Amino acid sequence: MNASSITEQSEHRVARWRFALVLVAFALLILAVVVQLVRLHTLDQPFLFEQGEKRTVRHEVQPGVRGLITDRHGRPLAVSTPVVNLWVNPRQVNVDELLPIAQDLSLNWSSLRSSVLRNQQQRRAFMYLQRQVEPSIAKQVLARGVTGVYGDEDFRRFYPAGEITAQTIGVVNIDGVGQEGVELAYNQHLTGQQGSRRVVKDLYGNVVRQLDVTQIAQAGGDLILTLDLRLQYLVYRELKAAVQQHKAKAGSAVLLDARNGDILALVSQPSYNPNNRAQLQPQAMRNRAIADLIEPGSTIKPFTVAAALDEGIVQVSSTVDTRPGHIRVRNKTIRDIGNYGVLDMTGVVQKSSNVGVIKLAHQLGADGMWAFLAKAGVGETNVLGFPGEAIGRLPYPAQMDDLRLATVSYGYGLSMTPLQLAQAYTSFSQKGCRMPVRLVLQDYPNARCTPVMSADTAQQLLAMLETVLSNQGTGRRARVEGYRAGGKTGTSHKVGAQGYDKSAYVAMFAGLAPIDDPELILVVIVDEPQGQEYYGGEVAAPIFSRIMQQALRMRQIMPEGNAHKSPFSVPAVDREAA
Amino acid sequence: MAATDYSHTLGTHQSGGLQRNQSRYSNALHVDWLLLTLLFILMGAGLLLLYSGSGQDIGMVKRQAIHFAVGFLGLFVIAQFPPRFYQRLAPWAYLGGGGLLLAVLFFGVGAKGAQRWLDLPGLPRFQPSELMKLALPMAVAWYFANCPTPPKLRHLLIALVIVLVPTVLILRQPDLGTSLLIGTSGLLVMFFAGMSWRIIFSMLTLAGSLLPVAWLFLLRDYQKQRVLTFLNPESDPLGSGWNIIQSKTAIGSGGVQGKGFLQGTQAHLEFLPESHTDFIVAVLAEEFGLVGVVFLLSLYLLIILRSLLLASRCETLFGRLLSGSLATTFFIYVFVNVGMVSGILPVVGVPLPLVSYGGTSVVSLLLAFGLLMSMSTHRQKT
Repeated sequence: MNASSITEQSEHRVARWRFALVLVAFALLILAVVVQLVRLHTLDQPFLFEQGEKRTVRHEVQPGVRGLITDRHGRPLAVSTPVVNLWVNPRQVNVDELLPIAQDLSLNWSSLRSSVLRNQQQRRAFMYLQRQVEPSIAKQVLARGVTGVYGDEDFRRFYPAGEITAQTIGVVNIDGVGQEGVELAYNQHLTGQQGSRRVVKDLYGNVVRQLDVTQIAQAGGDLILTLDLRLQYLVYRELKAAVQQHKAKAGSAVLLDARNGDILALVSQPSYNPNNRAQLQPQAMRNRAIADLIEPGSTIKPFTVAAALDEGIVQVSSTVDTRPGHIRVRNKTIRDIGNYGVLDMTGVVQKSSNVGVIKLAHQLGADGMWAFLAKAGVGETNVLGFPGEAIGRLPYPAQMDDLRLATVSYGYGLSMTPLQLAQAYTSFSQKGCRMPVRLVLQDYPNARCTPVMSADTAQQLLAMLETVLSNQGTGRRARVEGYRAGGKTGTSHKVGAQGYDKSAYVAMFAGLAPIDDPELILVVIVDEPQGQEYYGGEVAAPIFSRIMQQALRMRQIMPEGNAHKSPFSVPAVDREAA
Repeated sequence: MAATDYSHTLGTHQSGGLQRNQSRYSNALHVDWLLLTLLFILMGAGLLLLYSGSGQDIGMVKRQAIHFAVGFLGLFVIAQFPPRFYQRLAPWAYLGGGGLLLAVLFFGVGAKGAQRWLDLPGLPRFQPSELMKLALPMAVAWYFANCPTPPKLRHLLIALVIVLVPTVLILRQPDLGTSLLIGTSGLLVMFFAGMSWRIIFSMLTLAGSLLPVAWLFLLRDYQKQRVLTFLNPESDPLGSGWNIIQSKTAIGSGGVQGKGFLQGTQAHLEFLPESHTDFIVAVLAEEFGLVGVVFLLSLYLLIILRSLLLASRCETLFGRLLSGSLATTFFIYVFVNVGMVSGILPVVGVPLPLVSYGGTSVVSLLLAFGLLMSMSTHRQKT
């Protein structure tokens, strides 16, 4: 009994001793842990806290909305609407979960699947699912809560007027950067400033809460154009109809406010739908009114006459003998359509006599001719300061021998854009002073005009231009019912591979209305009309008539006593020179 | 000698005093109310922490509460049986557990390249290694209880075999963390049973010399990776170093005071992996700071101290050995988990006892406490 008790006790004692040892060991181990924890919590705390913030706090960019483009009356021409860019992180996403999303977005499932898998293999962390998704659809997609699918706010550009203003307004690319037209020319002004905010994000990039806004997103500047959408629409409709009727290759038209050079309409054919550029033909993006160079042909003749009048070489009543209907300059014979006999200045313009203007030009001399046309703006650069704008060409006096001078006098051997032609015509309406043109209402508030001719000469030319629309003139079909208008027809051969092409023409008409105090200037160009009719007086003049008729009413300009009765009883064929 | 006797008398006296206060309840229900209270506090705190760590998933908290309820039921049932019953059960539990471990190797199911679960028809899926956590110390304690004391070298070697067989089986699953813990719990029984220092040192030397062998032949690639990552977590910050870097970040960003309950960003925004299981301490550290961590560790220490006290008070050698082993194993769980989360130990998948989410672990731990209470509350009939 006693012995067993001793054994029991010693055994007990040993066990206790061992328990104590274990306790000491525990204390040491716990001490190690506590030391480590204290170190992390105090010494390393600032660093680790910062590390924690780095994992969760993000600066997030917020897109700034691009500025609105409107016409002069505030009708929207380009607006930015909020959309969502949907993207996936291929590393996080389980590709089979994307099937319902592909259905939501009507994406091709097998191609989406394979591209996600390909990106997964390449360990990419970003891939667009679809850009510029409507917010309602994006919300539906994101509500599915598929891991690794995200949406970023963005804006999409929408053009309410579509093809009507397509080339003038231009387009932005998918990143919202201007690529063409006004969008490109004023890209900096229109571009909004991105904002940023500090947010807390979880591991999957979802914003949990916003901490503060470091930079408020700034909207881009709005842009008010001088265009009048109703007039733009009118001009577009008439031009398109005419281009289709004549099976023409292209066409363009410029409508200016004759008083201040504001561009009220700037139209090109063919056009395109800027809101859906899937089937876009590149040539449809060409803004022909400012990018195409034309030889102005007969539409330049009023300037030759005006130059002669302004220099005092001739009077209005002075006459030129155009017999026998052709003239030989150096080794070339230049013809009129018929033998017009002796013409006064009005007759030269009315009949569009090549012989007449050549004789005037030869009296003026190359220097006189060059100086006058230069003042009129031929060959001037930077009319609008637009990307893609063409620079016209005017030969220097030294380059003009008698023949070249002769051709320049009736509109060949020099080139200008339709817009420049329209601008040159402002000098007739503004007492001889050529107005700068503008497309943006905020631009050039105090722009000054360039004197081209005396006010008297301008007045005389207006009267002459009106006679072009008379029964004896080449522009009979340009008459505007209820208003007195004036203008000049033009037809030029196009330049082909071997000099001037015998069968390719540009038909044009440049004119003003009302003629006593012009408010509108319209230039219509039809490129390569096909069929029997191809003269400016046949193809372009009727377009001018139709557009002016309605434009003047839209501008609420009082109809006057009608100078030309019954415009519809004119002969069917108007012929003109050159 | 006299001093030792004195301390012994003191101990007996103390335990006697406590027993007198609680004798009526203890004798009736065979539980230790102080230990039970401490466990309740721990589990309450654990549920609160789980709510935050799971991303405020109240469903998960409820399921964990059910695990606790089941575990407590088991604890009470187990505590009712006397130590003699477990002493008789021990070899059979060990053999059964070993058989199941073998079955796992052949028919086990699992994920991520490890077979740890057994899917027997009619039973919920479970890990036999959890059963072995109880069965192994029981078996070793049973063996030494039937040996003459102090044990001879021969007995120690046989005990070592008893420890190593299930350890290696679990290592083959592979489950490095559990196998180390189970092996350690067996070795602790041997230590308490009276292993001499000479043997302890020679075994440590042997283990040290076997380490390179284990590295070359025993450890799987992912296990080596974990150790390498532990030595230098920044070497692969997005791969295997991710967990430990994230967990350190969460702990450190809490500071002394903490960010406040549910205010931790790292866990809530899912930067911290396994925030509701193995890395739940990082959630505590971020939200309650150093203060919270020290409170939790103190709670654990109190539980362990109380358990060791109960172990030292057991009447039978079997009870003392088993209780001591269970208490120390519990400590090792806590130490390994907190050490792993704070970056002083490699990442081995050891949950924080009674706080990390997980049914099997919770139930088996509470069953262990049931055993512990059974050992210390049943009086031997004289």
